Amino acid sequence: MTTATKEYWRWKEYNWHDETMDPKGADTITAGVDIGSVSSQAVVMVNGELYAYSNMRTGSDSPDSARKAMNWALEGTGLKPDDIHYTVGTGYGRVNVPFADRAITEIACHARGGNMMYGSTVRTILDMGGQDCKAIHCDERGKVTNFLMNDKCAAGTGRGMEVFADLLNVSIEDVGDLSLAVDEEPPPVSSTCVVFAKSEASSLLREGWSTNRVLAAYCSAMAHRVVSLLERIGVEKDFAITGGIAKNSGVATRLEKELNLVSLKSKYDTQIAGALGGALFAKALVEKQRKKGG
Amino acid sequence: MKANYGYLDGSGEYFITIDTDHCTECTEHGCVAACPAGLFEIIVDDYDDEVAAIKEEHRKKVKYDCGPCKPVTDRPPLPCIAACPADAITHSW
Ligand code: SF4
Ligand code: SF4
Repeated sequence: MTTATKEYWRWKEYNWHDETMDPKGADTITAGVDIGSVSSQAVVMVNGELYAYSNMRTGSDSPDSARKAMNWALEGTGLKPDDIHYTVGTGYGRVNVPFADRAITEIACHARGGNMMYGSTVRTILDMGGQDCKAIHCDERGKVTNFLMNDKCAAGTGRGMEVFADLLNVSIEDVGDLSLAVDEEPPPVSSTCVVFAKSEASSLLREGWSTNRVLAAYCSAMAHRVVSLLERIGVEKDFAITGGIAKNSGVATRLEKELNLVSLKSKYDTQIAGALGGALFAKALVEKQRKKGG
Repeated sequence: MKANYGYLDGSGEYFITIDTDHCTECTEHGCVAACPAGLFEIIVDDYDDEVAAIKEEHRKKVKYDCGPCKPVTDRPPLPCIAACPADAITHSW
C-alpha cells in the first residue's frame, strides 16, 4: 500500500477572466508572459484594461510553460493566441517565450506593472520571487530609476519558503498567519543560507520550540535579510511588495515593522506584476509600431 | 538609471553600480576595453538606450573577478573607474 505524501509547499494555481468584458474586435489585445524559476504567469489586456490571467508552476521546459500559461489565461474567453496583437516575454525564462514579439527584463516589467497595481505614487517596489529578490525604484510613469537584484542564494525567496513549509509540514499558504500566532517574537534564525537555516530549524524543533515559533524565527530572518538588500538602494515612499512572498503576512508584516513603513495594498494579485508590466509594454510597443505603419 | 550588479552574502556586499544615464552620451565606452576581466558589455536596455552593463556570467562572482584589481594594500585606481569619463561607475567594496 502506498501513502500519498502531502506536498506542503504546493500553492494554488489558478486562472481568471473578466466576464463583463467583450474582447472581440478590440483595438488592442496585448499579453505579458512572465516565466519565473518557480512560477509562470500570463496576463492578457484588452485596450489597456486587465482582461485575463493565469498563474501556475513553471515546468522543466520554459517554452512549454509559456504556452501552457497563455492557453490557460485564454481558457473560456473565446480568444485564441493568434488574436493577441503583441506579446512581451519577461522573467528568468523571457528569451524562451516562443510566441513573444519582444523580451523585456523583469525589473522593467515589475516597475511598469507595479505602477498600474499600486498607482503612480509608488517609488520603491520589492519583488520577492521564487529564486531571487529585486529592489526597484521607479518614477511616476513606472520607469526604473535604480535597481538591484540578488539571485545568488535562495534565502529570502519563495523557494526557500517552500523548503521550510515542507520541513515543518505546514501548508505554504498558512506559513505567514501561523508565524504571527506567537505570544512573543523569537530571535530570527541566525543563518541566512537556506541549507543551514533548515538544519538550525530542525535543532530548534528538537529543543522543544513550537512549529509556529520556528516559522516566526524564519520569517523574521527572511524579512531582515531583505531589509539589508533594500537599504542598499534606500526605501523611498510609497513602498509596495510584489511576488509570491507579498502574500506571506508573516514576512510582509515583519518587513513593514523593520522599515517602519506600511506597504501599499492592491486589488490585483501580487504575483502578476511582471506579466502585467509586460502586457503594458506590449500595448505601448504595438501602438508605436502602428504609428510607424509597421 | 542606477543599475546595481552583484550580490549580498554572509561575507558582505559586492555591487558594481553603473549610472546608465551617462552612458547614452558616451561614445568611447572605455569601460569595456579597460576591464582586464571582461566584465563590461554594451547593451540596448529595456528603454532602447545603449548602456554599459555587467555581463550575466559575472554577476554572481564580482568579488572574485575584481580581486586582482583590488590588492589589500596600496590599491591603485580601478581601471574601469579610471576609464569612465563620466564617473558613472562605483564599487561598494
Ligand atoms: S565608460 Fe562610463 S559612461 Fe561610458 S559606457 Fe562605460 S560606464 Fe557608461
Ligand atoms: S575592478 Fe577591475 S575587474 Fe573589476 S570591473 Fe573594474 S576593471 Fe573590471
